[in-house]
Amino acid sequence: MSISREDLERIAELARLEIPADRAEALRLELSAVLSFAEALRKLDLAGCEPSQFAPSGVPMRVDELDGRKLDPARATAGAPESEDGYFIVPPIVDYIEP
Amino acid sequence: MSSEELWRLPAAQLAERVRSGKLAAAAAAESGWEGPARVWERDVHAVVHEAASARARAAAAAPRDGALAGVPVLVKDNLCTLDYPTTCGSRILEGYRSPYDATVIARLRAAGGVIAGKGNMDEFAMGSSTEFSAYGPTRNPFDLSRVPGGSSGGPAAAVAYGLCPLALGSDTGGSVRQPAAFCGVFGLKPTYGRLSRYGLVAFGSSLDQVGLFARHAGDLALLYGVLAGPDPWDRTTRGAPAPDVSAWDAGVEGLRFGWPANLWKEGVDAEIVEALESAAADLEKAGARRVPFDFLPGEYAVATYYLVATAEASSNLARFDGVRYGFRDREATDVRSLYTRTRSAGFGPEVQRRILLGTYALSAGYYDAYYVTAQRARTRIGREYAQAFEKCDFLLMPATPTLPFRLGEKTSDPLAMYLSDVFTIGANLAGIPGLSVPRALSRGGLPRAAQLLGPHDSEAVLLRAARALEVRGDRGRMGRAHHQEFAWPTKR
Repeated sequence: MSISREDLERIAELARLEIPADRAEALRLELSAVLSFAEALRKLDLAGCEPSQFAPSGVPMRVDELDGRKLDPARATAGAPESEDGYFIVPPIVDYIEP
Repeated sequence: MSSEELWRLPAAQLAERVRSGKLAAAAAAESGWEGPARVWERDVHAVVHEAASARARAAAAAPRDGALAGVPVLVKDNLCTLDYPTTCGSRILEGYRSPYDATVIARLRAAGGVIAGKGNMDEFAMGSSTEFSAYGPTRNPFDLSRVPGGSSGGPAAAVAYGLCPLALGSDTGGSVRQPAAFCGVFGLKPTYGRLSRYGLVAFGSSLDQVGLFARHAGDLALLYGVLAGPDPWDRTTRGAPAPDVSAWDAGVEGLRFGWPANLWKEGVDAEIVEALESAAADLEKAGARRVPFDFLPGEYAVATYYLVATAEASSNLARFDGVRYGFRDREATDVRSLYTRTRSAGFGPEVQRRILLGTYALSAGYYDAYYVTAQRARTRIGREYAQAFEKCDFLLMPATPTLPFRLGEKTSDPLAMYLSDVFTIGANLAGIPGLSVPRALSRGGLPRAAQLLGPHDSEAVLLRAARALEVRGDRGRMGRAHHQEFAWPTKR
């Protein structure tokens, strides 16, 4: 399986990553090699195998219950690159339009 | 006993001295740094964040009657800690400090343990050599030209060369067992859901598990006993109480071990096979019975894993966008360019590769062909293990196909790097526990290991087998690179 240049551009856009022009071809080949390897799964007999999202555990997970711990907003935002009064600061999302 | 010798002690003995009042917790906590680590660390580079002042404060606050009283524990840099930055070996988390301790960290502290520092790792746990770290690589203490394995290479190397008797890592596809094998220490990946992941930075949520390193099987059991069990803050922990591992020294008389020799017929280093055969012979001498059968080749697990894990990673790592944590590209003028510029500059090459692969596997038009197929293969792989455990109590197989490889040998060939996990990945897909056990060094003086895999909640059986191998194994000597030879005691 080979990924096309267009595919690579599309997934980079979806993943919010910029691929430098001089890396694109090498990256395309690296990803194609891994996907070609994954083609091996076609040889595996998967009759009767439903997709499993989690490791089969055989044991039910515990009931969800919280113990009342809370994280103060000022502490929660303290590790952000920019914050103020417990809020994250981001660049403008919507341009101001004159009414 | 001088601090020169304290660093050699098993965790259980170090804690016993602190509990009995013969040793101050602060002295125990600092013992590693006063031993050879002071010199070795400059070459090995196992640690990315540490401070004597933080250890002194932690030791002063540590309960003196705990199971780990005063014991220093290096923890992988993807476990959240209040007293050190948590950076996952990545530029994108530069300077980030978590506002809380991970549950496993809180349990360590409650048992008297002291966080020795943060261990180096492949960025976001993606790698098998600890070369993909924004802080530079860790080197193998047995041979500085070789890798310590990964992604938990820092914690594994630190336990190997004597910085601390215990360490924590994380194992998503072998990231504890493979570096344990490369560094000549014990490495346990518990059953999925046995150790809380609250405060473990997520990579592949259906696969991730906190893992443990120790120089002795008994220390591994001690640490597991402190950490395992349900956590109200991690919904994926198993509800029933964790297995009791206190009988880790009960022997293996009457146990059956699976011997899937078709897996190492080709593509596995002859010296690894030799170590495995000696492990099988030792288990037989200890009263266990070998049960030969064929098993599904590991390449299917690798193919499945690199679709499932990358799909989950592409989703989990979407949170790193320059808004909430660490690094932000300051040139961005709008939110979209903030995301793209921050992620492109903040993530290293392997993380970007895996995010792209996972995005592809989940994208419209390819989802069924790749992601759903991989999920179905995962079901099949889980059944293979379940069927194997109808015939035996645990499986014996290699931890790695090769001896520790050289730095730079696989960084430009992602597939070759991925295939170094061929024997470890299956356990993560099936959610079962696995344990890497050190064996005698190779003729060239490099660590070799055997791996034990058991059904869900079989940690007690795996620890018994690891102990049986420990008392019979000749692990050889450390310190070739530093002309300073010593052996870790293994006998009773």
